[in-house]
Amino acid sequence: MTMVYDEALDAFEPVLGLETHVELGTRSKMFCGCKTTFGAPPNTQVCPTCLALPGALPTANTMAIESTIRIGLALNCSIAEWCRFARKNYFYPDMPKNYQISQYDEPLCFDGYVDVEVDGKTVRIEIERVHLEEDTGKSTHVGGATGRIHGADYSIVDYNRAGIPLVEIVTKPIPGTDRLAPEVARAYVTELREIMRSLGVSDVRMEEGSLRCDVNVSLMPRGASEWGTRTETKNVNSLRSVERAVRSEIERQAGVLTDGGKIVQETRHFHEDTGTTTSGRSKEEAQDYRYFPEPDLVPIAPDPDWVAELKAALPELPSVRRKRLQDEWGLSDLDMQAMHNADAIDLVEATVAAGAPPADARKWWMGELARRANETGTPLADLPITPADIARVTELVASGALNDKLAREVLEGVLAGEGTPDEVVEKRGLQIVNDEGELSAIIDQVLADNADAADKVRSGKIAAAGALVGGVMRASKGKADAARARQLILEKLGVSE
Amino acid sequence: MSLIRKTAAELASMIAAGEVSSVEVAEAHLDRMAEVEPKVKAFLHVDRETTIEQAQAVDTRLRAGEKLGPLAGVPIAHKDIFTTRDMPTTAASKILEGWRPPYDATVTKRLREAGLVILGKTNLDEFAMGSSTENSAFHPTRNPWDLTKVPGGSSGGSSAAVAAYEAPLSTGTDTGGSIRQPASVTGIVGMKPTYGGSSRYGLIAFASSLDTPGPFARNVLDAALLQEAFSGHDPMDSTSIDAPVPSVVEAARNADVAGMRIGVLKEFGGEGFQPGVLARYNETVQLLESLGAKVVEVSCPSFTVALYAYYLVAPSECSSNLARFDAMRYGLRAGDDGTRSAEEVMALTRAAGFGPEVKRRIMLGTYALSSGYYDAYYGQAQKVRTVISREFEAAYQQVDVLVSPTTPTTAFAIGERVDDPMAMYLADLCTIPSNLAGNAAISVPCGLAEEDGLPVGLQIMAPVLADDRCYRVGAAVEQALESRWGGPLLKEAPSL
Amino acid sequence: MSAITRDEVAHLARLSRLALTGNELDHYATQLDAIIEAVAKVAEVAAEDVPPSSHALPLTNVFRADEVRQSLTPEQALAGAPAVEDDRFRVPRILGEEA
Repeated sequence: MTMVYDEALDAFEPVLGLETHVELGTRSKMFCGCKTTFGAPPNTQVCPTCLALPGALPTANTMAIESTIRIGLALNCSIAEWCRFARKNYFYPDMPKNYQISQYDEPLCFDGYVDVEVDGKTVRIEIERVHLEEDTGKSTHVGGATGRIHGADYSIVDYNRAGIPLVEIVTKPIPGTDRLAPEVARAYVTELREIMRSLGVSDVRMEEGSLRCDVNVSLMPRGASEWGTRTETKNVNSLRSVERAVRSEIERQAGVLTDGGKIVQETRHFHEDTGTTTSGRSKEEAQDYRYFPEPDLVPIAPDPDWVAELKAALPELPSVRRKRLQDEWGLSDLDMQAMHNADAIDLVEATVAAGAPPADARKWWMGELARRANETGTPLADLPITPADIARVTELVASGALNDKLAREVLEGVLAGEGTPDEVVEKRGLQIVNDEGELSAIIDQVLADNADAADKVRSGKIAAAGALVGGVMRASKGKADAARARQLILEKLGVSE
Repeated sequence: MSLIRKTAAELASMIAAGEVSSVEVAEAHLDRMAEVEPKVKAFLHVDRETTIEQAQAVDTRLRAGEKLGPLAGVPIAHKDIFTTRDMPTTAASKILEGWRPPYDATVTKRLREAGLVILGKTNLDEFAMGSSTENSAFHPTRNPWDLTKVPGGSSGGSSAAVAAYEAPLSTGTDTGGSIRQPASVTGIVGMKPTYGGSSRYGLIAFASSLDTPGPFARNVLDAALLQEAFSGHDPMDSTSIDAPVPSVVEAARNADVAGMRIGVLKEFGGEGFQPGVLARYNETVQLLESLGAKVVEVSCPSFTVALYAYYLVAPSECSSNLARFDAMRYGLRAGDDGTRSAEEVMALTRAAGFGPEVKRRIMLGTYALSSGYYDAYYGQAQKVRTVISREFEAAYQQVDVLVSPTTPTTAFAIGERVDDPMAMYLADLCTIPSNLAGNAAISVPCGLAEEDGLPVGLQIMAPVLADDRCYRVGAAVEQALESRWGGPLLKEAPSL
Repeated sequence: MSAITRDEVAHLARLSRLALTGNELDHYATQLDAIIEAVAKVAEVAAEDVPPSSHALPLTNVFRADEVRQSLTPEQALAGAPAVEDDRFRVPRILGEEA
């Protein structure tokens, strides 16, 4: 039986480990000149080398090596003075050579760290290594009930993706995260993604597979000093899934251990639909990858001057940028972290750049839009609305052309594809009622309909004016300027605040 | 003298002078092939029409005044391990039977551009694994000197074709001696260039860190002309050397060893060597001395274990290189009945498609790389490799070249060693050290053994990028011996 | 004692995807045993402090510019394929997940 998360954490402490694969956005593949365009027609971006035709040889892409070193530097790693590619040997139809050119005991970058903020605390994630390898092709499983690998009649393979440069970033074991393990895992992957973006080395789209994550989890009883057996959950393909996979695996392992069972060291698969993991492959025999130095490629010995230049030219890293923006925007740590967690910083920054005050930009993205994103399960950035749209809406509010309620309607219209904010205002007739005569007539009617309330206000109970303003707003279908309405009501009743 | 008896250099100058066309030269060789192939069986693929078309195209280009290479119009046979756009490429394996590559190897491409005409693809030990060409999945090739003997291997089709006058030139690959040993036992010249001096792109890999394309010819100058035509830096091969190299053609024309220091390898020449081989070898060393060279004895003690290091390094790399033959993208697919898994089909195909020697080496290599065995086998072999390179370096401090017999024995009988892998492997005893160190080495004929009347080869080894020294010493030996013999050694070969 | 057992040979055959018969396993076990015994002589060279050579020559830093080159056409790519479907390589059902 799986255990409830809180109970699991009462009894056990988790140790995490994360292996993240990032597809680099180079123009050509890692070891040949084929294009790397996502979604190209099948087998149109293949050549003798990436199809592993007899006789073909690899040649290493200098940009991929540069990008890997830059990633290593951004993660505070040491850069190898001398290292080699190695062959990882195993048979799989996705992998044309039946070995993957990777790196083994000599990674290009090693011993780094990255700090992430979780729950107001800074957690340092130590990086074991950053190495360069190549991606595999893509199989489609045909026949069978589910289109999944099990039960399929046969598969068809497209090798366009085979040979795209892949950087693998491996953390050291992460103890001490305690109850925050799932959040730490998510925060780490989020941070990596932002670092990759700021470096411009990858488009890091988890849904397209250009950022993929394997999550290692083990549990040890509270107070124990020896770590437990770990499982490796493969291909966790969204930030939310990273968090869920850790949580679910903690619950599962705690259940097994509490029932007196043993954790099997194995590969597991995460299922988006159920939010749980299942055992991957029952291995008849342990994998033996028979790594050896790749004889077709010569060792890499990065020139220290070159590495120093790359280091000097690194862009402002996301954590530094966040600190700067937080100061500029005058936000609290918690507000900033919430924005970070919601993936809203870029959007807010762009909205501010488009002319909106930081507080307003934050309010919209973290309020109405975050709610909407959450409801529809869409990443914030993928909502059909631009920072410029938000900036325009805040401008309309500031000028008094819209109030908050109308502004929300405008956003709804934009999200519904009705056009720009100005077009939505026009189409839906959402201008605020600025015509004093019209407003005055509405107020007179409301006062007449609510004589009791009006009397109360006249007698000095100014708080009762709220109900009258509400009446005006209802009568105007929200288009009245509430502040102005209140002002007029008080004038008409001969009282002042 | 008929066209087929001429050297490549002679043919090239006749073609350049318009005395004979490339088509006529190609036809003369195709006719010779038609005559002797049933006996020699040097080729896996011959396509008269394609060959004639190529020759016609070269004639047209030459008539148009196009400047092609110094071997323009001369025909050549390619070991069937180099990819060719217009001919099948099989590596003599059932697993690749009928495969037509969509691209040319750098070697074949450069020779095409230089105006050489492809006569066909020659036989080899499957995936170049062997020393006799008996491991070909299709048929063994016979030694033109004695049809009951092997032509050496793995490039035995290429050596036999040149020795049988079916082709004036051919290409081979040398991983542990696969050019020098066949050249030696067929009485011709075969050169293993410096590793990285000739491109491996399009050469179906056996052992990547050892495989080296090289030339076969009936004399030293022709071999040099051929090597120069396909060598040089290739950006498609990351292990290709991007540095200027001394001209081997010039060296082949400068047959002068006066003042050169020649090292006689102490380790190669005692037990296990055929007396007739040693006799010719020792005479040749004396000949070099008489030509003004300074001969000294040199010891490289670890060379005796080079063979064992090789039989760990090469199988390890091959076990990985041959993993791509898996029935998924090209080549044979066996046992796919619609119910079996990819895994099963891979294993059935590989069992059906690979011959015994290939399977043996794949398993040996898999073993040597396995966790628990890596350090003792592959890892230790790599260290021995370093030791051997250092012993070479130390030797080259004292001498300009090292010499040894190319092989311990003359050509052995077909079938004699097929069931005894270790005996077969011993054929490469003297040639392997140069592969492990990446050095240059050549085999030139140095006479016939008394016992069996079969050719003996002299191996001349030189440091990395000093290929010219091999040619210079080789040319001197050739010149002196041919004047003694009154012509090339091959004139002693029985007519087929 | 033999250097390699029949079971180990069977394991090697599985690792290298070779479907060998029982007779073949026996045959290779005998041959590999003799070969492994011979090649074990590499241990005779004292080389503890010697660095291993993975390559014939000490070249480093050979890179290619990140430039797109002509790919094959799908027709060329698929020309040698044992089976094709929808411009993809058709392969028998795959048992395990990717390693």
